[in-house]
This record gives sequence, structure tokens and C-alpha cells, in this order.
Amino acid sequence: MTHTTKRIIMNNIVMTLSTISAVIGMGFLFWILGILVINGVDALTWTIFSQEGAPPGYENSGLKHALIGQLLIVGAATVVGVPLGILAGTYLSEYGQKAKLAETIRDISDIMMSAPSIVIGAFVYAVVVAPMGHFSGWAGSIALTIIMLPIILRTTDDMLNLVPSTLREAAFALGAPKYKVIIQVVYRGAKAGILTGILLGVARVAGETAPLLFTSFNDNFLNTDMNEPMASLTVTMYNYATSPYEDWQKLGWAAAFILSMFILTLNILGKLFLLKKKGR
Amino acid sequence: MATIINIKEESVLDVKDFQFTYAGNDAPSVNKTTMPIAKNSITALIGPSGCGKTTLLRCFNRMHDLYPDNRYDGEILFKGRNILQAKEDLINLRIQIGMIFQKPTAFPMSIFDNIAYGMRLQGMKNKTELQDRVEKALKDAAIWKEVKDRLKADANGLSGGQQQRLCIARAIAVEPEVLLFDEPTSALDPISTAGIEELVVELKDRVSIIIVTHNMQQAARVSDYTGFMYLGDLIELGKTEDMFVTPKEKLTEEYITGKFG
Ligand SMILES: Nc1ncnc2c1ncn2[C@@H]1O[C@H](COP(=O)(O)OP(=O)(O)OP(=O)(O)O)[C@@H](O)[C@H]1O
Ligand SMILES: [Mg+2]
Repeated sequence: MTHTTKRIIMNNIVMTLSTISAVIGMGFLFWILGILVINGVDALTWTIFSQEGAPPGYENSGLKHALIGQLLIVGAATVVGVPLGILAGTYLSEYGQKAKLAETIRDISDIMMSAPSIVIGAFVYAVVVAPMGHFSGWAGSIALTIIMLPIILRTTDDMLNLVPSTLREAAFALGAPKYKVIIQVVYRGAKAGILTGILLGVARVAGETAPLLFTSFNDNFLNTDMNEPMASLTVTMYNYATSPYEDWQKLGWAAAFILSMFILTLNILGKLFLLKKKGR
Repeated sequence: MATIINIKEESVLDVKDFQFTYAGNDAPSVNKTTMPIAKNSITALIGPSGCGKTTLLRCFNRMHDLYPDNRYDGEILFKGRNILQAKEDLINLRIQIGMIFQKPTAFPMSIFDNIAYGMRLQGMKNKTELQDRVEKALKDAAIWKEVKDRLKADANGLSGGQQQRLCIARAIAVEPEVLLFDEPTSALDPISTAGIEELVVELKDRVSIIIVTHNMQQAARVSDYTGFMYLGDLIELGKTEDMFVTPKEKLTEEYITGKFG
């Protein structure tokens, strides 16, 4: 057997193995999506969007309370987390650079990114929920903000770092002050990347259940007061899906489907932004 | 000892006992240098890789200040003041002393906004005035014909040579007195290179130019004065036509005859 044929055989073996692995992975993904779509679409009705939760057996029960709660909790977390994350990432990339403080913040945020989200839920329970004496939508938002922050901070840092330093220098060379260089040139160059980071960050927290169980808890009815316990899609899904009642289980499927589609859309949008940037 | 000729023109910049040291380095990267830069002329800086050409060039607009702990010693005089002083207004200095980089640095915005960038920084808001000045700058940089129908298009869609001319247009739009070029054609094809060289020569009626180049033919073609640097020292500064025919220093002669470098 010549050297070349040996290499060709080896190549074929490796290629076959990696293709099979890829197909298995994809298979599971489509299996999950398939089950979700079949059960989810089946459970999807207009009452889901127009009705609040109801005891099992009632005809007019829906997920309106959970959808609105989810929107408020994730929305508040986004409104606080995104600007904070972008500012912190800007500090790291444009001001701190290789300084000790900046490197420490990077390390800490990497650790936070891999911290189990239930731990962050427990933390917020200890410092917010316990002193307040009750669960609240705000507590849920705080937990989600903490989870979102390191993701946005690090992508902002990385994306700003990708902007070539000659571009900054060129702006400085025209007499631009530093803040204008950052806002007008560096942000613009990193726009697509930062936007992707935001979408992925929001997508990540939108699917969290554990930290919300400790913080915003649940409410079977519509509540828009963030000082009170609040329903979310994830916690509602958890409660309904694990209940013994068939109509509640159906609502659980609907919640799972809506949530997955939302997160899928965010992820696809994020990928599209990056593609658009590369394709330019 | 270096051979530095006396220039007959007025000088726009005067380097005096100047030395530059990068942060963390013990030895300076530009050693005790004294040289005049002639007004409305082109001064080329040549020398082997790593000899300090870029380093010296970036001192004239204090680009090194963007990174911490770099050190300047001595003086660089511009309009009667030492621009190395701590109280120098760097924004104002960089408006008067512009820079063109080795790789084109088109900003991620439209062609129009690129050219208008420097003028807007100075607070120019009047739309028609901006339009006039953008058009003039693009014409002066010999790129108007190619871009006049797509001023709103992304500047990154231009070719490398076009982008470099865009950068030159952007720099001259703010009417600087000095322009610093760091190997502006090393990333370009021969035709774009010839275009940029022609442009540089045309510009010297209005600005004083310092150009770093690896290409000795380029220095010979465009410059009035040439400075030869070696290991951080300015070895010789002379009129370009003399330097390439009868260099005074042995090192210069060896370099331009290709014995090293
Ligand atoms: N940021 C820096 N920090 C420390 N030393 C540097 C830095 N930049 C350049 N140097 C050193 O300074 C010396 C001069 O470098 P410089 O870039 O000025 O050379 P050059 O003549 O422009 O070379 P080339 O023709 O390759 O562009 C080199 O020894 C280089 O290693
Ligand atoms: Mg150089």
C-alpha cells in the first residue's frame, strides 16, 4: 500500500466518522424541534394569547399572564443590562486595555458566565427577595441582568478589539477627541458584532427558569406590578408541564413552543447580522 | 557624525536634539536627531526595516501619545513653539499636521461622511459649505470622477488605491500645513502607486510633506530632500538629487547601492 492510498483511506474513515457524528447531533436537534412543533402547534389557540391562567378544567385558560410577565422581566433586564454591558466592554477595550483592573474584570466575567444560573438565583434571593420579604418581578430582572451582563460585556470587548487600531489612529490623526473616536468610528465598525452579542445575551436569559423560581416566582393571573411575584413563560411551563392535568400540560407545550421560537428567532437574527458584516 | 545640510527654504518643522524612547525600552528608537523639514517641499525618509522611520514620523503629530509611557526628549519646533511640551493641544496639532497610513483607513461610513469627518469635528454644519469642501477635496485628490455618483455608498466598497486617495482627500479637506505619509503605496499596485505619487507632488504647493518609503526609486522620483536613517540614527540629510548621486556618508552610499538593507 502506498503512502498516498493510506492517506486517502485514513481521510475517508475520518470523514465518515465526523459525518455520522454530525448527522446524529442534527438528528436529535430535529427530533426535539419536531416533537415541540407537533405538540406546540396542536396546543396553540387564540385563547392562549387572550386569556390568563385558570384552574385545571376551565375552558378559557391561556398564557397571557406569562407572556406579559416574561416580556416585562426580560425587557427590564435588557434595558439595564445592555447599556451597562456595552459601557463596561468599552471600558475594557478602549480604556483599561491590558491594565490589571481590566484583566481582573475579564476573568471575573468569564467565571460568571460559566456560573450555574441557579446560584445567581439563590444569590438574588438572599440579597433582594429575603430582605424585601416577598418574590418580585424586579428580583427576576436583577437575576437575569446579572446573567446577561458578562455575555454582553465580553462580546463588546471582543468586537471592539477586532476594530483595527489604525482606524482609531486615523480618527485621532484628524483631531478627534477620544470619545468621538469611540462613538463615531469604533462603535460603527463593531456595530454588527455588538448587536449579535445583545441578541445572544437576550436569547440566553429568555430561556432561564432556575433563577426565576427563586426571584420572580410565579402568579397564575395577570400582574403588571413588578414589585409583586410575576409569571414567566419558563416557570409557567415548568409548573404546567409537571402537573397531572392534561389541559395544563397542553398549555405547557404551547409555552415551550412560543419560547423556543422566540429564542430561535433571536439566534438566527444574530447569525444574520454577523453574516451581513462578513459579506460586506 | 551625521551630515545634515542646511536647507535654503524656510523650514516648517525643526527637530532639535530629539530622541524618542518606547515605553519599557531602555534604548531610544530614535537617537539624538537634529534636522530641518523644508516648507512646501517633500522630505523622504529612507532606511532599512526597523531603523526608526515610522517611529520618527509619528512623533510629528504625537501619535505615540495614544499609548502610555512613551518618552520624547529634545525639541520639535513648529510655528515657533516646541510641540513636545505637555501643554500642547494635541487636537489642534493633529488638525494642522495630518497623517496618511500604510494601509488605507476608510472609516465604516459613506464616502461623503469620510471626507466630511474632519470638518464636522471642527464644527462645520452648513450643508452646502460641507458639500463644496467635500467636492473640492475629492477633486484635489483626483478621485472625484470615480466617486461623484456614489458619495452615499460605503467607503469600504472602494478599491485599495481609491481608498488611499479617499484618505488623502479626507486629510487635505481640513487644510493641514503638514502631511505625514507612512509608506502610502506599499499596499498598492503600480498604477495606483503612480497615481498617489503624482498626487503627492501636486500637493506640495499647499502643504509640506514628509514621506516614509522603502522604495528608493520612489524617494528619488518624488522628494526634494532625503533623509537616510540607520539603527535609529539620522545618518544623512541632503538634497535628493545629490544624495542618490554623491552621498556624503559611506553608510548612505552602501545602502543606496544595495550593499545592505
Ligand atoms: N510599539 C513599539 N514598542 C516598542 N518598540 C517598538 C514599537 N514599535 C517599533 N518599535 C521598535 O522601534 C524600532 C524602529 O521601528 P520602526 O517601526 O520605526 O521602523 P521602520 O523604520 O518604520 O521600519 P519598517 O521599514 O519596517 O516600517 C524597531 O527596533 C522596532 O522594533
Ligand atoms: Mg515603518
